[in-house]
Amino acid sequence: METIDSLLYGFSVALTFQNLLLALLGCFLGTIIGALPGLGPSNGVAILIPVAFSLGLPATPALILLTSVYYGAMYGGRISSILLNIPGDEPALMTTLDGYPMARKGQAGEALALSGIASFVGAFFATVGLVLLAPLLVKVALLFGPAEYFALFTVAFATLGGIAAKNQAKAAIAAAIGLAISTIGIDVISGSTRFTFNEVHLYDGIDFLVVIVGLFALSEVFLFLEHRGEGSSSVDAIKVGRVTVPWKMLKESAPTMARGTVIGFLAGVLPGAGASLGSFLAYSVEKRIGDKDKTFGKGDPRGVAAPEAGNNAAAGGALVPMLSLGVPGSGTTAVLLAMLLALNITPGPLLFQKNPEVVWGLIAALFIGNIMLLLLNLPMVSIFVRILQIPPKYLMPAVAMICFVGIYGISGSTFDLMVMVVFGVMGYFLRKLDIPLVPVILGTLLGSEMEKSLRRAMQISDGDWTTLVGSPLAIGLWIFAIVGFVAPMIFGRIVRARQARTITSEANDQD
Amino acid sequence: MSDRIFGAVCVLLSIFYIWVATGIDLPFLADPVGPRAFPYIIGAMLLVGGAYPIIRPDDEPHWPNLRAWMEILFAVAIMVAYAMVLRDLGFVASTAIASALLSWRLGATPIRAALAGIGIAVGIYVCFHLILGLSLARGPWGF
Repeated sequence: METIDSLLYGFSVALTFQNLLLALLGCFLGTIIGALPGLGPSNGVAILIPVAFSLGLPATPALILLTSVYYGAMYGGRISSILLNIPGDEPALMTTLDGYPMARKGQAGEALALSGIASFVGAFFATVGLVLLAPLLVKVALLFGPAEYFALFTVAFATLGGIAAKNQAKAAIAAAIGLAISTIGIDVISGSTRFTFNEVHLYDGIDFLVVIVGLFALSEVFLFLEHRGEGSSSVDAIKVGRVTVPWKMLKESAPTMARGTVIGFLAGVLPGAGASLGSFLAYSVEKRIGDKDKTFGKGDPRGVAAPEAGNNAAAGGALVPMLSLGVPGSGTTAVLLAMLLALNITPGPLLFQKNPEVVWGLIAALFIGNIMLLLLNLPMVSIFVRILQIPPKYLMPAVAMICFVGIYGISGSTFDLMVMVVFGVMGYFLRKLDIPLVPVILGTLLGSEMEKSLRRAMQISDGDWTTLVGSPLAIGLWIFAIVGFVAPMIFGRIVRARQARTITSEANDQD
Repeated sequence: MSDRIFGAVCVLLSIFYIWVATGIDLPFLADPVGPRAFPYIIGAMLLVGGAYPIIRPDDEPHWPNLRAWMEILFAVAIMVAYAMVLRDLGFVASTAIASALLSWRLGATPIRAALAGIGIAVGIYVCFHLILGLSLARGPWGF
C-alpha cells in the first residue's frame, strides 16, 4: 500500500506541463541518439548532462529529461540494427541477428513494430520491478555502515566488467586511473591539497562531467576520424512500409517477450551484467526453447522480440542498485549517477527518505516516458529513419561542439575545455588498448565517497583495519567482490566463446 | 608491444603517484587514516595492474596509419585552438570555423563544410542560447 501511495505521489510530481514536455523531448532525443550508430546511451546521456545542468533545471525535471533519454536510447538502438544491420548501440547487437533478415524479406515494418512493442513490454515491467524491488533493497541498505559501504564500492568495481570481462588487470588499471583522478584537489576531511602541483585550477579537483564527456563523447569523434570513409551505409535499400504487426505474430511472441523481460531484468539488477548480457541471454534462451524449425537467424520474429524485451528490461533493472544503493551496475547508470551527484543529490537509501519526490517523480516519469516512446516509435518511426541518413561528416562536428557548449556552460572556464580535450585523447588510446572506460568513470565518480567511507570506518574503530571485515554483512560483500573479480578469469573465456559463436553462426546462416 | 608500453607507463605513473602522495601535508589533527593512505592503495593497485600487461600482453591493437594519425592530430589541434580563441572571437565565429574544419576533414567538400560550420554554429546558438538561455562565450560582437 505504501508503495502505491508513493507511486501516486510520484505521478503528481511528474504530471506537470513542464515535466511532460521534458519527458517528450528526452524520449525524442534519446531515440535519435540510440538509433545513430556510434552514439550509445552512455554517450548520449553524457553529452546532455552538462547541457541539462547548465540550463539550471531543478533535480527532478533534469532527471526526468535524462532518464527519458536513457530509455529512449534503448528503444532507438534497434532501428539501425534492423534497417542497416549495424547495432545503434552495444545491447542492440543481438537484434541484428533476426531483425536484419526480416527487413530483407520485406518485413522491416513488422520488425520495427514488433521490436517497439517488445521494448515497451520489457521496459514497462522492468519499471514495475523497480517499484517493487527498490524499496526492499533500501531496507537492507539502511543496515550498512561505512565499512559495509566501502566493501560495497569494492563490489561495484570488481564486478563491473561482468562475467564476460576480457582482462581483469585492465579493468583494475581503469578503476585505479579513475580513483586517482578523484583524489586530485583539496582533501575534504583534512584540508590538505593533493596532486594539485600548485595549479589553482586543480584545487577544486577535476569535474567528473569533464572527464565523462571527454572520455565518452570526444573520443568517439577521434575514432570516427580514424575510420572515415569506411563502411558507408545507406538506408534507401530497405523500404520500411507500414509499421504494424499482425495479431498472430504478436500472439506468438508474447511468451517470448515475457521470458525476455524476466531474464533481462535480472541481468540488469545484478551488478556487472547490464543490458548487453541481458539481450544476449534472452536471445539464447529463446533460441534453445523455440528454435525447432531452425528459423532463428533467418528472420524469426521471436528473435527480434526476445533481445529487445531483454535489453530494455535490463535498462530498468540497472536502475535498482543505482537508486537504492547508490552503486551503478552499468556504464549508463554510472553516467546517470554523475547527473545526480552534479545536482548535489547522493543516491542510496537516504534518497528515498530525504527526497522522495525525486525518486518517485522519476519512476512515474519512466512509466509516462515509456508510453510516449511506444507512441513515438510506432507511427513516427519513419522520422527517425530519415535522421539516420544524416552523414556523420556533418553530425560528428555538431556532437563535438555540443560537448564544448555543455562544459563551457557549467564552468565558463576554458581550462576545463582543455582538460576535456586531454581526456578525449586519453579515451581514444584507452579504447584502442581495450581498457574499459566505465571503471574510469566510476572511479572518478565514487572515489571521494569510497575514501570517505573508509576513513569514517577507521575513525569509528580508532584505526583498527579489521573493522573492514567486522560484520557478517561486510564479509559477505567482500566474498562477493572476490568471486565477482575472479570468476570472469575462469568462466569468461567460455561465455565469450559462446557469445561469439552465436553471433557468427547466425550471421553465416543468413547467406 | 603496445600493451607492454602501456603497462610500463602505468607502472611509472603509479610510482610517481605514490611518490607525490608521500609528500602530502599531514594536518596537525588527522583522522587515523589520513589523506595519504587511500592514494597509497590506489597507487599499489595501478602498480600491480600495470605489471600484468607487461608480462602477458594482449594482441596488438589495430593502430591507424600515418595519414589517420595526422587527421586525429589535426582534430586535436582544432579543438585546443577552439578552446583558446573562444573568448576572443565569441561563440558563433569560433564554432563555425572549428566545425567547418572538422567536417572538411571528415570528408565534406570545402564549400559544404563551410556551410555546415555556419549551420551548426547558428543552430546551436539559436537552440541553446536564444531558446534555452544557456550562456555562451561572448565575442567582440556580442555573440
